[in-house]
Amino acid sequence: MATPMQARAADPAGTARSDAIVEVRDICKRYGDLEALRGINLDFERGKLTTLLGPSGCGKTTLLKIIAGLVPATSGQIRINGRVVTGPGPERAFVFQDFALMPWATVLRNVGFGLELKGVPQAERHRIARHYIGEVGLSGFEEKYPHELSGGMRQRVGIARAFSVNADVLLLDEPFSAVDEQNRRKFQEDLLRLVDKERKTFLFVTHSIEEAVYVSDRIVLLSPRPGRVSQIIEPAIDRTAAPDVIRRDKGYLDVVEEIWQGLRQYAE
Amino acid sequence: MTLFGIRIPMMTSLIFWALVWEIVGRMDVIFLIPPMTSVIAAGIGLVQTGSWQSATVITLRSFALGMAMAIAVGVPLGVAMGRVKVVDNIFGLWVNMFVSAPLSALVPILMILFGLGETTVFVTVFLFAVWIIVLDARAGVMQVPPSLIEMGRCYGASRFTIFTKIILLSALPEILAGIRIGLIRGVKGVVIGQILVSVIGYGELFELYSRSFDMERFWALTIILFAAAMLLSAAVEHFEKRIEYYAGAR
Amino acid sequence: MHMAASPHKVGATGGAGSGSSSIVETLAEFARRRKSFWVVVSLAILFTAWEIAGRVPISFAFPTFLETLSALIEMALDGTLLPAYLITFQPLLLGVAVSAVLGIGLGIVMGLSDKAEWLLAPVFIVLQAAPMAALVPLVTFVYGIGLVAKTLAVIMLALPVIVLNSYKAVRHVNPSLVDMCRSFQGTRMQQIFKIIIPDATPVLFAGLRLGIAAGFIGVMLAELLITPTGIGDLITYHRSVANYAHMYAAVASIIAVSTLTLAALQYVELRFLRPEKRRK
Repeated sequence: MATPMQARAADPAGTARSDAIVEVRDICKRYGDLEALRGINLDFERGKLTTLLGPSGCGKTTLLKIIAGLVPATSGQIRINGRVVTGPGPERAFVFQDFALMPWATVLRNVGFGLELKGVPQAERHRIARHYIGEVGLSGFEEKYPHELSGGMRQRVGIARAFSVNADVLLLDEPFSAVDEQNRRKFQEDLLRLVDKERKTFLFVTHSIEEAVYVSDRIVLLSPRPGRVSQIIEPAIDRTAAPDVIRRDKGYLDVVEEIWQGLRQYAE
Repeated sequence: MTLFGIRIPMMTSLIFWALVWEIVGRMDVIFLIPPMTSVIAAGIGLVQTGSWQSATVITLRSFALGMAMAIAVGVPLGVAMGRVKVVDNIFGLWVNMFVSAPLSALVPILMILFGLGETTVFVTVFLFAVWIIVLDARAGVMQVPPSLIEMGRCYGASRFTIFTKIILLSALPEILAGIRIGLIRGVKGVVIGQILVSVIGYGELFELYSRSFDMERFWALTIILFAAAMLLSAAVEHFEKRIEYYAGAR
Repeated sequence: MHMAASPHKVGATGGAGSGSSSIVETLAEFARRRKSFWVVVSLAILFTAWEIAGRVPISFAFPTFLETLSALIEMALDGTLLPAYLITFQPLLLGVAVSAVLGIGLGIVMGLSDKAEWLLAPVFIVLQAAPMAALVPLVTFVYGIGLVAKTLAVIMLALPVIVLNSYKAVRHVNPSLVDMCRSFQGTRMQQIFKIIIPDATPVLFAGLRLGIAAGFIGVMLAELLITPTGIGDLITYHRSVANYAHMYAAVASIIAVSTLTLAALQYVELRFLRPEKRRK
């Protein structure tokens, strides 16, 4: 099942050569008798958007949370910028599936919360927060509360919060799963624009094949029970084209089909 | 809590507190707290006395009658409130009011209406238990998924069948939860009723022991009561767990 | 919403059957739009039933609603009711204040620390389920029949409720928010004060409300059982002189006061603490 590309990722010599900002080494995770992840080796290149894709139960969210330092691995190592990490750190920011917004705080305070925890003075953190609120298209909503926003808008707040701490790596855990289909497409387009503009490294978890192909530079397919890397695909889609052109592009459709063929054996 | 890698069950701390009690009792700090061991000894002696046995029979009788009445009135009223808007509008205010009202203030009225006897205690138990049973039965009936009822109608079930086979069964977990809380409140009701009436059942015994400063027996009786309340609650909880499999599926 | 309410209410209770269809329609529309309409109907039905039962009478000790009402007004005007409440509220407020500070504090500690949970949670679980009223006579041995004993009776009933609700509030904090705080490298103190306590606040407050309800039961128990003072004295005195209308009025007034207090607290809770449940 191992592909040449996976072998490259697992090869320590290869890592020294490439510009890997996040290195995952022999990560295993067990919950009691349940083996969630087995021997994961991956490198994530600086400035790229990599997607972890797989059926439910393949451990993709667990892997992302291990990289974030929110969940301890049973064995193995995570290195960020070459340094081993065991907990959350300032070079990573997490975007939560359920948004994780504080219901008692305004959009402005929610976005600036990461800075608030670091002790950044109020004026400074409000300036930064307002900037990223504008970047995600929520200008004018600074004083609203999360319950006054739609699901899509709430996740924009979550993304603005992650941007405002100026981390190198953004970890996004199924950020659009609670957003309806129309808004989701708009969101994906906006995300690509931000990826282009902010020059950060993105790790993205999703279970939508189309979404993965549309937004990713690289797709890591995970197989379930226990979670392992089964395939790595680099879609190589021309992102300068208009979104509707991309969605009808032959290359795009072929990659979607290829991934589906790889995953259909796991469908129930 | 885990200590040295061993999980210690939570309720074991009660043993720790019993030990603390024993030590405080042995130190003879205040006469109010005799050693735990002598309380237990008094308890063993107490349950063999005729006065305890007859007090227990009286207490259990008022409690059982009051609870039976509370369930017999509370569940149908709650179901009616959940299904019929007018009933809900009329009774909602009173049920919500009495569920958290200081019912201890009502006992003197019950005492003049029903006399200083078992009837007053029985009505007190009923009044303490019934409201929460009504509210939970109402909540259970109201949260029956509409799609379940529509499913019944699609397959041609009569209104009666829908009511008995879908609505009531679907509301059963909440109804039972209400009865469990009602039981705990009923125990409080029986004690408050008997203590205020103070001439029957455990109320009479408490009065007797506290007036003669018989602390061993006072505490023994208290512990028996507390244990009975906990056992009752645990028993209903166990029964609730057996039907939880379909409550969780909703 | 601003239409004059009283004519409709009178119409609803008085001549429901005789009205023309337009009045019926207006009434139906009104009933749909205004919850207070049903409050009035529901009060009217009970008071009418009470009046009828009193006139039958079902018992020599059962005054009519109107007799009770006039007794209540009389007590309110001749200056017996207010001083009685001032006396009753002393142990109640003291007991609730002590239970609130101690209970929320202990509950939060139990929610945050496994060791505190192991040590204290079972005790309060037992105390909440158990009939604490049995212990009320005991406090009189140590603290006599004064304010301290009554305050203790309030605490005994209110504290376990507040402790257990605070503990549950902290244990049920949204784990995703705690993860969020960790992912931004929040310290444990920041986690507690910026995430856990704010997120638990609505449930903490709801627990406080339940504690106050228990406190009302406790204070009435204390005033009836330890020595008659305040409202308990009014109830006991008027009972002893067979002045039943006044006795009923005192009981009804304490139930009404407790209900209004709890309703006001619930309003505060919905209005200020749960923005997500607030309408509009």
